[in-house]
Amino acid sequence: MRPLGISAHTVVSAMGRGKAATLAALRSRQGGLRPCDFEDVAPDGKIGGYIGRVEGLEAHSLPEALAGYDCRNNRLADMALRTDGFAEAVAGAAERHGPERVAVILGTSTSGVLASEDAYRHRDGAGALPAGFDFERTHDLFSLSRFVRAALGLRGPAMVVSTACASSAKTFIDAHQLIAAGACDAAVVGGVDSLCRMTLYGFSALDLISATPCRPCDAARDGISIGEAAGFALLERAESEIALLGYGATSDGYHMSAPHPQGVGAIGAMREALARAGLRPDEIDYVNLHGTGTRANDAVEDHAVADVFGPGVACSSTKGWSGHTLGSAGIVEAVIAALCIREGLLPGCLNLTEIDPGFSAGVLAENREQAVRRVVSNSFGFGGINCSLVLGRPG
Amino acid sequence: MMRAYVTGVAVWGPGLAGWEASRPILAGEAPYVATATPPPLPSILSATERRRTGTTVRLALAAAQAATEMAGLEPDALRSVFASANGDGAVVHAILETLAGTDRSVSPTHFHNSVHNAAAGYWTIATGSGAAATCLGCHDATFAAALLKAMAEVACEAAPVLLCLYDAPLPEPLDSKRHTEAVFAAAFVLAPGPDGCLAVLEAEYAAGPASAELAEPRLPALRGLSRVNPAARSLRLLEAIARQVPDACCAGLLDGRVDMRIAPCSTAAAS
Repeated sequence: MRPLGISAHTVVSAMGRGKAATLAALRSRQGGLRPCDFEDVAPDGKIGGYIGRVEGLEAHSLPEALAGYDCRNNRLADMALRTDGFAEAVAGAAERHGPERVAVILGTSTSGVLASEDAYRHRDGAGALPAGFDFERTHDLFSLSRFVRAALGLRGPAMVVSTACASSAKTFIDAHQLIAAGACDAAVVGGVDSLCRMTLYGFSALDLISATPCRPCDAARDGISIGEAAGFALLERAESEIALLGYGATSDGYHMSAPHPQGVGAIGAMREALARAGLRPDEIDYVNLHGTGTRANDAVEDHAVADVFGPGVACSSTKGWSGHTLGSAGIVEAVIAALCIREGLLPGCLNLTEIDPGFSAGVLAENREQAVRRVVSNSFGFGGINCSLVLGRPG
Repeated sequence: MMRAYVTGVAVWGPGLAGWEASRPILAGEAPYVATATPPPLPSILSATERRRTGTTVRLALAAAQAATEMAGLEPDALRSVFASANGDGAVVHAILETLAGTDRSVSPTHFHNSVHNAAAGYWTIATGSGAAATCLGCHDATFAAALLKAMAEVACEAAPVLLCLYDAPLPEPLDSKRHTEAVFAAAFVLAPGPDGCLAVLEAEYAAGPASAELAEPRLPALRGLSRVNPAARSLRLLEAIARQVPDACCAGLLDGRVDMRIAPCSTAAAS
């Protein structure tokens, strides 16, 4: 495929607000996870474990004209829009292409469900939800893209993709397809997921939350730490330092919440991404793993990565810093991939004591400085959705 | 405009029991009677998976299966775009109810069924599909946005795409905040080439609001349904395919719209 330029990007997570803070966290190997102190979720090690919480969200307010969209998820979206000059970069694209030619394609798994969780606790005697509760502009999935589109003053196509933990990675593919088909000239992609009881208790019910900060690729890893994050990228056909070079999307067709044991779908997604980019496996410098820290995900992904790239390829998961930010993991890690390319940095897994001796891919335990031209970023989700992106310097 | 050929179509809603039965109604040749029409069970789903799924997911799969069979395509290699405004409201409500209580033990099955892409997941599991699948949720713009995405995917990937729309009411108390009526699903197989096509479809995004005249069904009896179920906003397109005469229509997408032109395949081939 023809490389698709990434004109601007930003991220806000427990690692920090913006690219510089995220890079500093990577370089200093300072993670953002802390014992679960979210709302009334008990930090008893059984439910909650550690979380990646974004500082300052409670005090952040939306623009007055968009106050009706107020919820934790949209606050996080707004915070990211106002980071790294992202909104200004989009304004430039709207001026170049026309606001009706810039799409907003964002991923989220739970949108503003926290607002419904709170509303359910404040039902009246007859069971009705509070009068002021605005489902459409908070909990509803589309709330995210409506809010971002309005905040950026755009008039183009808008959609929300919700494919669990692959949501925001998939938006790069949708944007490429819409731009290639002429439906728009540029797109704001990425996504937002914020802390809520549904995911904390839900993953706990599946026994997938680690009592410790998550340890992707470690022999003793025992689950995820849930985080929250927002990230955006502006995609357009333009010269750019870093571009989307390829993508692959497959389904496992195997199980709703367990990966295919041989990683067939993951292997297919990575191979397809390489083929579209016109690259050989040895032309990839680094694989940013989905690497959630569960027993099953990391083992299957290690097998798949080794199968595609051979045993030597440098790879790691950055979820030890951010936690698993679910639907926004894809954009968080795409921005990290861009930082790695620009800065010549390969981050080694955080919280790692001993690499799983059964692994055969080249898992990094320490940071490494080297030239990085191209990165594969993996995102996998419940329902057996697999997505691999190739980001790199074009040409 | 992006172009695709409709090679399979399915519909299920009140008084619309599958494409065969519904085609004369949608074409205005037979009267529409809004009777309760219990959705069929998708035969592709194993007994185990059937027990794990609710009405909403089963309805989506039944429509997807019918459209795919009409297109004569093997589902295991077919790309899919599932789209629903509300998703599986019964599952979301059950979890919210649990989280509002003192024992917040969420059911593991509820939790993995709560992902918006559950229908796409069960579809790929049932068909053993390794193809790309996605799921959109765009409130009342779900049909417009998903059509745009599916048309772009057909054009960009030069491959057929299954587009499956489904929506059902949310349980109370959510329904009082987001009212939806009826259980409705529609599915389309959109292909890059005209082989076996029922209609040719062109679509593009345009700024400016949709006019009701071009967005709502031609049949007055169907207009109520199209207003109370986001998936039923596809009724105008379904009518155009059933009528087999050239038509132009649109679907609203916030302050913009998706404009569509539909023609019978024979007409399109000649134009």
